[in-house]
Amino acid sequence: MPDPAPSRATSLPVGSDADLARVRRQIRQAAAGLGFGLVQQTKLVTAASELARNTLVHGGGGHVEITPLTLGEPRGLRLSFVDRGPGISDIELAMTDGYTSGGGLGLGLSGSRRLVDEFALDTEPGTGTTVTVTSWTTAIPAARPGAR
Amino acid sequence: MTPPSPGPAAAVPVLALGETLLVTLHGELHDGTAELLQQDLAERIARSGAVGVVIDISGVDMVDSFLGRVLAETAANARVLAARTVVVGMRPAVAITLVELGLTLPGLTTALDVELGLELLTRARPAAPGRRERGT
Repeated sequence: MPDPAPSRATSLPVGSDADLARVRRQIRQAAAGLGFGLVQQTKLVTAASELARNTLVHGGGGHVEITPLTLGEPRGLRLSFVDRGPGISDIELAMTDGYTSGGGLGLGLSGSRRLVDEFALDTEPGTGTTVTVTSWTTAIPAARPGAR
Repeated sequence: MTPPSPGPAAAVPVLALGETLLVTLHGELHDGTAELLQQDLAERIARSGAVGVVIDISGVDMVDSFLGRVLAETAANARVLAARTVVVGMRPAVAITLVELGLTLPGLTTALDVELGLELLTRARPAAPGRRERGT
């Protein structure tokens, strides 16, 4: 997997549902600009919406860093959702389809993981959570962790 | 800087077509707007005696688990208030994404466009007497 140096990272606040809408719009634009297809754009924006909502609801707000990966092919888009909330004490449980601590459907983490090419969760109880996802313009259909 | 999104929770207009309510969603839907719509629709159904609801999402470019849940709950509310709901116009990319997300929305009736949705409601409507009439 190529890992070109990041360029032109944008940081957006995630503190309200108007912010969620803004984050979705910005990521849609970035993905379209990088040449992502319509389905890929939709998957990435949907994953971003789930993760940004987690940042807002569970993390008490935070920010998202949007980084286009434009050196070399394929091009990619990396998104980091950062909060300083309570963290996740049981990652395995939190990643389970249907598990929820916030009254949602419990698809935020597990579902968004299926919608992106790479997914990394970094969390520490009491310190916060960072979820970083990356998708590439050429779909690599092989690895779909969690797909059933 | 990008311009701010239109204010929080702007109401979505609900159009009455005979005994059916038509709601058209488009663009960026805030969480608050979606929740407000859910309440508005339930009140409209109860007040008007509508027997069908068509929710057109052809202008919506993303349905995440939140909006999916709002749609499912809206349909469930309507059912309890004796109205059927059809969600119409879902874009293919949205459908593909929803299924991969893990949200297959069982219990939600769908149709490809408004016309087919209205047809579905008309066909499903029992021609029984004693059906609730609008108004007066």
